[in-house]
Amino acid sequence: MLKINALHKSYAIGDSSLHVLKGIDLSVEEGEMVAIMGSSGSGKSTLLNIIGMLDVLDSGEYILDGLPIDNLTEKKAAVYRNKFLGFIFQSFNLINYKNALENVALPLYYQGLKRKKRQELGMFHLEKVGLADWAHHLPKELSGGQKQRVAIARALAANPKLLLADEPTGALDTKTSHEIMAFIQQLNDEGKTILMVTHEEDIASMCKRIVRLRDGVIMEDKTVTQVRASQYV
Amino acid sequence: MLKFLFDRDTWQEVFDSFSKNKLRSILTMVGVWWGVLLLIGLLGSARGLENSFNRLFGDFATNSVFIWGQRTSKPFKGFQEGKGVGLTLTDAKKVEDNVEGIEFVVPRNQRSAKMDRNFLSGNFSVAGDLPLLDKVQKKKLKNGRFINEADMLDKRKVAVISDDIYKQLFEKDEAAIGAYILINGINFKVVGVFKTSNVSMGPSSDVHIPFSTYQQIFNQGDRIGWIMITGQPEHSIKQIEADAKLLLKNLNKIHPDDKRAFGSFNLGDEFAKVTGFLTGMQFLTWFVGIATLIAGVFAIGNILLITVKERTKEIGVRRALGATPFEIKRQVVVEAVFLTIVAGLFGIITGGWILIGLDAMFGQGDDATIVNASVSIAVVFIALLILVVLGTLIGLIPAFKATSVKPIEALREE
Repeated sequence: MLKINALHKSYAIGDSSLHVLKGIDLSVEEGEMVAIMGSSGSGKSTLLNIIGMLDVLDSGEYILDGLPIDNLTEKKAAVYRNKFLGFIFQSFNLINYKNALENVALPLYYQGLKRKKRQELGMFHLEKVGLADWAHHLPKELSGGQKQRVAIARALAANPKLLLADEPTGALDTKTSHEIMAFIQQLNDEGKTILMVTHEEDIASMCKRIVRLRDGVIMEDKTVTQVRASQYV
Repeated sequence: MLKFLFDRDTWQEVFDSFSKNKLRSILTMVGVWWGVLLLIGLLGSARGLENSFNRLFGDFATNSVFIWGQRTSKPFKGFQEGKGVGLTLTDAKKVEDNVEGIEFVVPRNQRSAKMDRNFLSGNFSVAGDLPLLDKVQKKKLKNGRFINEADMLDKRKVAVISDDIYKQLFEKDEAAIGAYILINGINFKVVGVFKTSNVSMGPSSDVHIPFSTYQQIFNQGDRIGWIMITGQPEHSIKQIEADAKLLLKNLNKIHPDDKRAFGSFNLGDEFAKVTGFLTGMQFLTWFVGIATLIAGVFAIGNILLITVKERTKEIGVRRALGATPFEIKRQVVVEAVFLTIVAGLFGIITGGWILIGLDAMFGQGDDATIVNASVSIAVVFIALLILVVLGTLIGLIPAFKATSVKPIEALREE
């Protein structure tokens, strides 16, 4: 599904450069649910950004579903992101002047689907996250948990191969966090591959595999027994 | 691209971002609106002034010059300076035959005479004229006709009088045509009444009688008061004037450098001054209007730049969801063009209202100062075209700004 070999990435800071990722090897199979952990500065967000094609690698190899991701132009990256990836952000990143349905349908707009088809698919995914009744509400009229569920519906709308979540529960209280995690686990049960960055141990323990980063290298990569979030809800 | 322009979603996006910032968008549009308003209002008024000038000059052959004799200022070929110079019909004929580019040469005579009718009388100027005069100085006849060839041949005692004289010598609503008036004691039959012109170009006359009749009753012989020369449109009236004067000096044994022997009034020159002024005004109008437009469009670009900066995160999200840089740029440019066009259309409409108002205030009646103040459709289209082009160009700046930030930077948590 996803294969990364000898990945390096550094950032120029003034005259010096900061070596953030120092040779990462990672491979993720279809249907896995992986938590990437590490303290701030460990390079976990950079890794997620490169996987998400929001950033480019300096050297190494990145293959997504058999497709080598290299020589990324902005346009190519946009098309790949649209086709292959779904993003879930810590701060939801909904567009505040569009209602829930329009937000969910946005990736479909960039796929060039007809309006009617977009509405249908958007509604379908909103139903999936249990917010069909809130379709015509603006984000400011929704609670944090509801916003994140709209964001998840949006990430799912384009039917991506891989879901990328950057601290998906970072802005939510514990109870809501567990609800969201239960939902993400359910998606994983249905076969979606999920990659998640978090620094919370209990959230990480709800994944099937934990990859720990420190100072740009993988310290530990272990399979864990998944804690079901539904038991807390 | 066409499909994009007719796509409902495109305009939904434009409308959304507009309604999000209503006040600011409207304030932004004021600049462009004002520019277009100025352009339309000023151009229309300039056109109105031009129309009113044209109406005043309309009855005259503007490409014309009057020449008359004065006194010499230099001795020449045995003649002392101060010799009186008079023009004759022979002079007029020679000028017509020898100077290049001439259309008509009209010899004219005029003097003042006493006129009587019943118990009313007054002193008026009487001119002896050829039928040709009507061609170069169109008379607006209220009734009757102008002098014709038959009048000339038979030396008929007929007169064409101005409506001023009519008012003074006739009762109200009395028929003038066919009535008789006395000029210096001689009976003349009135055959036409003309309307006095608003502007006088050269000496104005109250009564026109046939040239031949004038020659006879005033013992004029071949002598004439002055000649009026009209030039063909493609010839410079200034050159014709110089050529004619030189020829006349030659014929009358006057020093070629004598500047005072002949007096002249070049209507073409005067007219050129007025039209030059009008052209200058139009140029100024375009300059001011377009400069204001540019300033307005820049204001739109500036606001969009701020808007884009505020929407950095949103743009980042859109790009993460798969919007290509081109799609983002296109949207920003469409917004810029949309704002400019809407503002421009409002400017055109309100500019039209101003012209309607001007027309109502100053455009009515015969001596209106602004006649039919208007702009042509072509000007409106040119203005709109300029707006679209400027809007697009100015929209490109925020558009490139919008995509210059990498999505990852745009998404970075604050």
